Amino acid sequence: MKIIVCVKQVPDTETRIRINPEGNGIVDQDVNWVVSPYDEFAIEEALRIKEAKGGEVVLVSLGPDRAQTALRNGLAMGADSAVHLKDAAFDAADTMGVAKALAAAIKGIGGADLVLTGQQGVGGDHSQVPGLLAGLLDLPQVTMAIKIELGEGKATVTREIEGASEVWETALPAVISAQKGLNEPRYASLKGIMAAKKKAIDVKDAAALGLAAADLAPLTTVASLELPPARPAVRMIDGDPETQARELLRLLHEEAKVI
Amino acid sequence: MKSIVTFAEQRDGKLRRPSLEAVSEARRVADAMGGAQVEAVVIGAGSGALAAELGHYGADVVHVFDAAELAHYATEVWARALGQVIGEVKPAAVLIPFTAMGKDLAPRVAAATGAGLVSDCSALAVKDGKLEARRAVYSGKAFATVRWSGEPQMATLRANVFSLATPDTSRAAKTVARTVDAASRAKVTAVNAAAGGKLELTEAQTIVSGGRGMKGPEHFHLVEDLAAAFGAAVGASRAIVDAGWVDHHIQVGQTGKTVSPNLYIACGISGAIQHLAGMSSSRIIVAINKDGDAPIFKVANYGILGDAFEVMPKLTEAAKAYFAAKG
Repeated sequence: MKIIVCVKQVPDTETRIRINPEGNGIVDQDVNWVVSPYDEFAIEEALRIKEAKGGEVVLVSLGPDRAQTALRNGLAMGADSAVHLKDAAFDAADTMGVAKALAAAIKGIGGADLVLTGQQGVGGDHSQVPGLLAGLLDLPQVTMAIKIELGEGKATVTREIEGASEVWETALPAVISAQKGLNEPRYASLKGIMAAKKKAIDVKDAAALGLAAADLAPLTTVASLELPPARPAVRMIDGDPETQARELLRLLHEEAKVI
Repeated sequence: MKSIVTFAEQRDGKLRRPSLEAVSEARRVADAMGGAQVEAVVIGAGSGALAAELGHYGADVVHVFDAAELAHYATEVWARALGQVIGEVKPAAVLIPFTAMGKDLAPRVAAATGAGLVSDCSALAVKDGKLEARRAVYSGKAFATVRWSGEPQMATLRANVFSLATPDTSRAAKTVARTVDAASRAKVTAVNAAAGGKLELTEAQTIVSGGRGMKGPEHFHLVEDLAAAFGAAVGASRAIVDAGWVDHHIQVGQTGKTVSPNLYIACGISGAIQHLAGMSSSRIIVAINKDGDAPIFKVANYGILGDAFEVMPKLTEAAKAYFAAKG
């Protein structure tokens, strides 16, 4: 079984964000970059399937040089090989451009029995690539999976929705996106980290993927990025608990008008 | 004539609130564009009965895909149906609620139609006849203003942010009955309701959340009791989900749900950035915490510095009395 996992390197949530002088992006330096948490669930699931059924796990990531660190993390967890999509032409790409590059890379390595992704990349939080990828590759999709069971040429997937869960049956190959709850990702072992250093990372640029500038022209552009509006200062409510409770209800009713 | 297509999600024969918010916003966008037409799309067995309601909220035309084989949501089929309407109508914009279904569907439709898609928008504006979207990025630490380079301009809308139009029962929409090929490689085989039929967090107007300050799962009923007194949905911080006290489906914050209720009451939650990412767009935030330096007080409108175990039962009691008196 061949499983391809798409991995995105994202700023650690704890990282302080600084807006660039152009006012349309963040300053890349000083950011602590990590593998998007949802992608870790996807990598872990791929490794568990490989351990149970045999096969290989290939990672694909699009990004600048630093993306190799994310790929090494995944290789250290136990993935077999990795493809790094790197080209200055990807810098301005939007979600569609990224999905096109990933789709081309997946086709370039002969497709897969299963494509796994995180349900969204933390930071951008678009939650688009899984569906775009499935659409571009013309594969069935199941997103926000919290359980995956593989059968012969098919998978049974539990997906989280509002106030309920759905059980889906999908033909394979398919694109499945991972939601929290799917598994507990492992930590890379020292042995894994050493082994990862010897594993191959295949670097591909836009030309190698058969993509022209027109394919990557963004359909959406961030015109500006700004810090969120400051919230008003907190109003502390004093007194004993009973007084505090009554005063809070009064304020919620009379001042905030929410009850 | 310009038009705005909106996807109206229905489940069990009911239009979900985020769908009505999307139709309401489509109406506002259409009017701001100088009188564009709102064309709603509703899909599912029995969905024909919902067309009138969509008209009340502002749809001019409702495209109905009502067939017995459309009992369960299927991405490929729904995308085919929505793609069919978009292909014919050639709308200036397509608005879809950012729900579990909308999140799954919109990218598939974008891939099929070549539309630019902007996710989880919290505001839309019309500038020179074009749409402009505002959305939170980097866990709410920044806001992006996004524009499209072509049409259709496709956007998914965060639930509970766009206001509902006042329904006008005298407004009647034109109904167009449509059919779609129901073949799909991925299918829903069962739907299991979450235990207790609890209020859905992303659609709740009031949320009471608990964190590590609750000290153990045996005290979490204090959160549930307070929520019940307010008629609120129950939420939790990541710390206590990871500790196994409560289920992940009620987690608020990064790797959990993003919520925007009118009122959010955080009990014993310190306010780690992961949590703030999911709730800082709430309208009014109340924090109850015994640590005056807790970051939650930086986003809160009202703060109670104190022992949650003493404050919460008193607040539950007072809230019960308040709502009973209000009737």
